[in-house]
Amino acid sequence: MAALGYELAELPRWNCCGTVYSLATDDLMRHLGPVRNLVRVQDLGETRLVTLCAMCYNTLARSSRFVGADPERLERINAFMDDEADYRGGVEVVHLLELLRDEVTFEAIEAKVERPLDGLKVAPYYGCMLLRPREVGIDDPDSPGVLEALLSALGAEPVDFPQKAECCGAYQTVSSPEIARARVGEIVSAARWAGAELIATSCPLCTYNLEHHQVEREERETRHASPVTRHEIPILYFTQLLALALGVSEDKLGFAGLKFDPRPLLSDRELV
Amino acid sequence: MPEIMDRIKEANRAVTTGIDDSAVKHWVTVYIMGKGYRVPADITIMQAMEYAGYRFVRGAGCRAGFCGACATVYRTAGDWRLKTALACQTRVEDGMFLVQIPFTPAEKPAYDIEEEPADGTPLLKYFPEVARCVACNTCTKACPQDLEVMDYIQAALRGDLAAVAELSFDCIQCGLCAMRCPAEITHYHVAQLARRLYGRTLPVPKHVLDRVEEIESGKYEDEFEKLLSMSREELEELYRKEQREKGGLNSRDASRVTRNGQGER
Repeated sequence: MAALGYELAELPRWNCCGTVYSLATDDLMRHLGPVRNLVRVQDLGETRLVTLCAMCYNTLARSSRFVGADPERLERINAFMDDEADYRGGVEVVHLLELLRDEVTFEAIEAKVERPLDGLKVAPYYGCMLLRPREVGIDDPDSPGVLEALLSALGAEPVDFPQKAECCGAYQTVSSPEIARARVGEIVSAARWAGAELIATSCPLCTYNLEHHQVEREERETRHASPVTRHEIPILYFTQLLALALGVSEDKLGFAGLKFDPRPLLSDRELV
Repeated sequence: MPEIMDRIKEANRAVTTGIDDSAVKHWVTVYIMGKGYRVPADITIMQAMEYAGYRFVRGAGCRAGFCGACATVYRTAGDWRLKTALACQTRVEDGMFLVQIPFTPAEKPAYDIEEEPADGTPLLKYFPEVARCVACNTCTKACPQDLEVMDYIQAALRGDLAAVAELSFDCIQCGLCAMRCPAEITHYHVAQLARRLYGRTLPVPKHVLDRVEEIESGKYEDEFEKLLSMSREELEELYRKEQREKGGLNSRDASRVTRNGQGER
C-alpha cells in the first residue's frame, strides 16, 4: 500500500470476527465479536475499517448492517458490552479490493506498475464471501469483474472460467474435507482447461482450500493418471500479484510459504 | 490513610486474635449461602466467613491476594449482577450474598513441554475450544486481577505467544474466568501453556543457571538436613526468631503460628 501512497494502520486491539456470520436472528451473542471490533474503530475516531480477508469482510459488514437495521438490537448489545463505549453505528467496512477500485482506482495502479505481468494468464477466483449476499457483495454476484479489472491493470491476462464465483467448500474442510476436495477439483480443472497458469484469490480460506486440496488431489491422481495431468497451478493472493507488479522486493512477496512455488513460472517470464 | 489502616488493623485483630465483640463499632449483615450473619464491618469476605463459624481447610492460602485459592462469587444488595473476587481481598458490604468457589473442576490436558514446538500451534491442539470465543469479554469482567483475559485468548487464537505471556503474566489461576465463560474455555490453563512455551524461546538467565549449579553441588543440603531434623517446637521458635529479626511480621502474626501450628491453610 505504501507503493500506492496509502498507509493502513492495524487496530491496536482487535478480536476474531467469528469467521462465519451468524444467521440466528435471536442470538445476539454471535454479533458481539464483530461489533466490538467496530467499537475499537470508533474509539480511534475513525469511520472506516479495511479488511484483507473476505470472510472478515462479510461477517463485519453484515453484522454492521444487522445492528444498524434495528435500534433495539444495538441497544441490547450495547447494554451487554457495558465495558465498552456504546457503538453508535456508522463504521463502514471496506474490503481492500473496494478501496483499490473506488478510491485508489485501477488507472492510478496501472500508472504505478513497474513490472507489468505481461502475458501471464491468471484465473481470478472470487469464491462466495465477497459477492454474496447481494447487499454486502462488492460486485455482481453472478458475473463479477473487479479482479479481472485489477489483473488487467497489472498487465496480466485474466482468464475467464465458469467456476470463478462458486464455493470452494469453505469450512467443510474441517469436518467433511471430501466436500472441499471435490469442489477444489472442479474449480482447479476448470481454470486449467481455460488456460490459466495461476489462480488469484481474494479469501484466505479459499486460498487454503485451493492449495491444500490440490495437493491431495495431485497425490491421488499421480497413482492412476498420466503425468500430463500433474502440473500444479500456483495459488496467489491478489495482493501478491499487485505487489509484484508494483515492484515490491521479492523477499516481501511471501512466495516461500506457498505450497506451489510460482517462481519457476515467474522467472520464466522474467518477472522475478 | 493512617486512620483507615488503624481501622483495618482493629478489624483484623477481632478475627486473628479472637473476637472481642464489645470492641466492634460497626456491623453489617451478610448472607453466606443464603443464611444471614451479623459480622463486623471492614473485614474481608474470608474473615467474615470465619467469624460466622466456617473453617477453611481448602480454598484459602496466602490470604494476601497472590495464591488465587479463595475465588468467590457474590451479589450486592439491589444489584442483579453476579460479581467475582478473591475472598481475602474484598471487604464485606451490608446485604452481600456470598459463596466460595474453592476449586474449578476444569479439564487440564497433559503435555510434555519439551515435545511441543515453541510456537502457537500447541495452544489450539490442546485447547481447541479457544476457537469458540465469541469475544463477549465475560472472562475479563470476572478477573480479580483486572487482566485483559479476552484479549489474551484472542492472542492465543492468533498464535501470538508473546502477547499471551505478557497479558496473562499476573494470572493467579483462580479459575473464575473459566467458571464464567459461555464457550467453556479454560483461559488460565491456556495462558500457562503459552507462558511455558514462550519461556522456552527465551535465553535461560545466568542467575538461574548459577543457582541450579549451587543446588546440584550440594550447597544447601546441610541446611535442609538441619531443618528436617528439628522438632515442631524448634521450627516454630526458629520462625518467630527469623520474623522478629526481619521485622516483617509483627509479634501478633508470629504468635498466631504458635496457636494454629501451620496457620489455617
